[in-house]
Formats: sequence, C-alpha cells, structure tokens
Amino acid sequence: MTALFYIAAVVAVLSTLMVVTRRHLVHALLYLVISLFAVAVVFYTLGAPFVAALEVIVYAGAIMMLFLFAVMLLNLQADSPLRVPRTAWVGPAILVAILLAEMIYGLTMETQPLAGAEVGPQAVSEALYGPYVLGVELASMLLLAALIGARHVAARTSDEEDAAASMERGRAAAGTPSSAQSPAAEEGDA
Amino acid sequence: MAAVSLDHALVLAAILFAIGFAGLLTRRNLIVVLACIEIMLNAAGLAFVAAGARWGQADGQVMFLFVLAMAAAEVAVGLAIAIRFRQSVKSLDIDDADKMRG
Repeated sequence: MTALFYIAAVVAVLSTLMVVTRRHLVHALLYLVISLFAVAVVFYTLGAPFVAALEVIVYAGAIMMLFLFAVMLLNLQADSPLRVPRTAWVGPAILVAILLAEMIYGLTMETQPLAGAEVGPQAVSEALYGPYVLGVELASMLLLAALIGARHVAARTSDEEDAAASMERGRAAAGTPSSAQSPAAEEGDA
Repeated sequence: MAAVSLDHALVLAAILFAIGFAGLLTRRNLIVVLACIEIMLNAAGLAFVAAGARWGQADGQVMFLFVLAMAAAEVAVGLAIAIRFRQSVKSLDIDDADKMRG
C-alpha cells in the first residue's frame, strides 16, 4: 500500500504540473481529471474509500463536466483550434494506465491501509448526520444559493433584453430579411 | 512507517497546493485560473483526509465533504461569471478586467 501511495502521488504531481503548463485549455482540463483520479487513489490508500468514490463522482464527474460545458458554451474555437494533435493522447494514456494497474492491484490483493484501519462510509455517515448535521444544512443552503446565483449571473439582464428587442424592432422596420432567423441566433448566444 | 507515509500525504497536499497557487498567479486564462483554484481546494481536502486518517476519525472525511460542496458552489458561480466576462469583455484574459467600469 505504501508503494501504491507513492506512485499515485507522483502521478498526481505530474498531471497537476501538466494542468498548469499546458497551453491548450481542453488538454489542461483533461490532465486535471487525471490529477483528481490520482488523488482518489491516494485517498483509497489512506483508508478513506468513501471519499475516494466521491472524488471520482463529484470532482472528476460533475465539476469537470461543468468545466467542459462552460468551454462549449463559451465557443472557444475562434481563440484556439479544438483540433487535438494525434500524439496528444500519449501522456494522459500512460498516466491513466499506471492508475489502472494500481487499481487492479489494490482490488485483487489483500492490502492494508496506511493508517492501520480504514474509516468506512458508515462511520462517515454517522459523523455527518450526528454532530455535523448543522453543517449539512448549511452546505445545502450554500448549494441552493450558488444555483440561484449562477442562474442570475449567467442569465441575460433585462437591459440587454430591451436592447435586443429594440434591435429586433429596428431590423423588422428596415425590412431586413435576416430578422426571421435572428431569434434563434440570440437563443444560441444565450 | 505508517506515520511517515501520512506525513508524506501532507507533503503531497502542500506540493499540489503550491502548484495550484503558482498556476493561479501565472496563468491568465479565466477557466485555467478556476481550475487552479479547484487544485488548491482539492489539496486542502487531501490534508483534511490525511489528518483524519492519522487519528482514525471520520471528521477529516466529513470536512472533505464540506470542501467538496463549497468547490461545487464556487465553480458554478465562477463559470457563470466567466460566461458573462466573455460576453462583455470579449476575451477570457483576466488582465483585460482591469477597468472598474460598470
């Protein structure tokens, strides 16, 4: 288990360095996914399997999905071509293969966590809904506030809608033929 | 031996935090800056989990869950701001946000 920890730690540091140094945005985000996977393996070797699973599901799954959605919404093709060179997959593939070998080894061999005893999901849930239940409520309110705040920030303000509507009217008055398809384009922008 | 490895987990958290911080200071792309903040939050969570594993308590993992919820909230609002930024400034370079105009 000690060897697993050190290999995963090296993979985490390497992939995080790649996140910071890659010029291409999508490459950096994909290296970030590998970094999160490596940290999940570190959690597993530390005797925290529940947190390791959450790291993969929430961080590498949900949060990175948000990042990729934002990249798609921002429509970055104009800034940087999204064409991936043919050799770009080599680095991530090697790092992920190391993590996969570690995972197979950890699942098939009888391994002992570094801390001696692992703290399983049951102990975490009992702590979470026992002494920390107020924190769970606060976290839920924080997430609700973030949901509403993100919608409010990203949505078009009423000023912009007025401007867009007046532009529409001006275009319709001038008899521009493109006025029929412009609402669809505006929707795409939003 | 086990205690040494747990100390090394804290060292790993410090290294990851330092890399994230260096990226935050040097990169100018708003999305990459948000990703670096994610790296730093993840490193802080790693320190929590390592400390919790050191004492065999679940509290470290509970704290990591709170860090996780906060990171999700932060990235949702941050990416919404990135979309607005792109619409108004027409770029993602945070150095273009140096004018305090409405």
